[in-house]
Amino acid sequence: MKLALGPILYYWPRDRVLDFYAQVAQWPLDIVYLGEAVCGRRHELRLPDWLDIAERLQQAGKEVVLASQPLIESESDLKLLRRLVGNGRFSVEANDMAAVRLLHAAQLPFVAGATLNVYNPALLGWLQQLGARRWVAPVEMAQADLTDLLSQMQSPPQTELFAYGRLPLAYSARCFTARRDNLPKDDCQFRCLEHADGLPLATREGRPFLTLNGIQTQSAGVYNLLPHVQPLRASGVDILRLSPRSAHMEEVVRAFRDRLEAAAPLADALARAERAQPGASCDGYWRGRPGMEWSLSS
Amino acid sequence: MPERTLQLICPAGSLPALKAAVDEGADAVYIGFRDATNARAFAGLNFDDGTAQQGVRYAHERGARVLLALNTYPRAGNWQRWTAAVDRAARLEVDAVILADAGLMAYARRAHPQLALHLSVQGSATSYEAINLYREQFGIRRAVLPRVLSLAQVENVVKHTEVEIEVFGFGGLCVMVEGRCLLSSYTAGDGPNTCGVCSPAKAVRWSETPAGLESRLNGVLLDRYGAQEKAGYPTLCKGRFEVAGATYYALEEPTSLNTLDLLPQMQAIGIAAIKIEGRQRSPAYVAQVTQVWRAAIDACRAAPHAYAVKEQWQSQLNRVAEGQTHTLGAYHRPWK
Repeated sequence: MKLALGPILYYWPRDRVLDFYAQVAQWPLDIVYLGEAVCGRRHELRLPDWLDIAERLQQAGKEVVLASQPLIESESDLKLLRRLVGNGRFSVEANDMAAVRLLHAAQLPFVAGATLNVYNPALLGWLQQLGARRWVAPVEMAQADLTDLLSQMQSPPQTELFAYGRLPLAYSARCFTARRDNLPKDDCQFRCLEHADGLPLATREGRPFLTLNGIQTQSAGVYNLLPHVQPLRASGVDILRLSPRSAHMEEVVRAFRDRLEAAAPLADALARAERAQPGASCDGYWRGRPGMEWSLSS
Repeated sequence: MPERTLQLICPAGSLPALKAAVDEGADAVYIGFRDATNARAFAGLNFDDGTAQQGVRYAHERGARVLLALNTYPRAGNWQRWTAAVDRAARLEVDAVILADAGLMAYARRAHPQLALHLSVQGSATSYEAINLYREQFGIRRAVLPRVLSLAQVENVVKHTEVEIEVFGFGGLCVMVEGRCLLSSYTAGDGPNTCGVCSPAKAVRWSETPAGLESRLNGVLLDRYGAQEKAGYPTLCKGRFEVAGATYYALEEPTSLNTLDLLPQMQAIGIAAIKIEGRQRSPAYVAQVTQVWRAAIDACRAAPHAYAVKEQWQSQLNRVAEGQTHTLGAYHRPWK
């Protein structure tokens, strides 16, 4: 099983992003997804910058994939998507059917992203025909459903699973970070830059519930499949995706690597990953439960 | 090209609601079967084969069409229930099925080549590139747009596709892209994509507390109401939450969509159909709303430049909308 690093879902200043990927080059990762996969207004880095980073990571031995935006609204979003698809060097993760159409038309193999809502073999088979060489399961996928799905495929594309990080739960035309500060989205003043791990949302009794990240709404809980890594090896999953957080991400990567190689007890790996974690762990989805639940809660 | 006339598509969660919509002048009604194959899988709602057959006959005899929503995502383990639903729809001779899942579209195209296909709002297609993929692959006739685009963006979609474009005009408002919202399954287990429900009633608890009336979803406090406040159905995204020291409707107010004001523009940019949300609503609600929208569309068609929203329409709608506030949603840019 391979380890992948998902795209940075937050909006970090340019230097921070460059520093981060200089470190990533040294981490025990097989695949790195790059690019802005949340909001079209974020442009601390532009496509040529991402391609530079991609080049360096490739030289460090990583497979690099460029992530496309999950929500396409305007003609300029499409223009950016066409440039991404036509980059000529790196493969693309299609996070919307618009990307699937363009990639198929260009006869380029692609990764079918989690927002394409692949829940059954017929849809996966169709995407495979169009050029999907890998797919990422919807984050709400349960182990039982994934096992069913894969058991009905003759030769499925590579299967990737979101295994660590705050869950990307929803997308909107509205920017909730701008809304918090009573700013219109068109004049958001890039407030997302102030929240390196998103903006926490709690219930009226103070219980952490969600995380606002611009037009994306994430869980407050941090999805954490560390307890399931060993059984996962038998379930047909080829790749685990870890989603970047602002601090001590290397610890998370190494905790998963240790568990993959059974080189550390679960308790040690968990302690390592949960250090400086921006929220409590959860793993409900994988167990067919509400996503926010955690199997090891006392 | 012939001028497109704006069609009125009304919700029917029961045979009486279907009859009410047809009687009041809906061009088409949309219905669902009584299970998780559609996005309003609520107890006591929807159609079995018998009532669906009666409904289709009733509508067809009066020149109205029937669209059947099969707009949730089947899983490997329950796939046959969805394909069987497509077969049932074909037997019932509905005028189109509304699908979200491309795997199911492939099945429908193969098994029932005559069955017209619409792309559901749950398919999350927000651009002509996405819509044209479904056109090339499955010959879809119509796509329903998620409630995220401004009118200018809708116009751009219409210009770049042969597929008819349907938009939501009135009723409940999803603040998230339809088909891309897992808030309900994260909190309560069941969600729209695979179960056809949002903030499911079985997970809702109301309780009177010293701090006020509280609504919870699977234990998560969604809102707390003071004595003077009106408490609506606790939809997850319309609760009040705390963000950076402020307590407010962090995602969306408990408001609903009303685009009567935009009708002439919607007609002018070539939208094919306006959809009214609300299969969970009563026949009386459906009758009132259909009546108003029929009158508005007729007035707009007859004289678009002289069109103005009548006070009587608004008061009729306000009567059934339980005093809710209305918004133009994403069609109007400042909402974003």
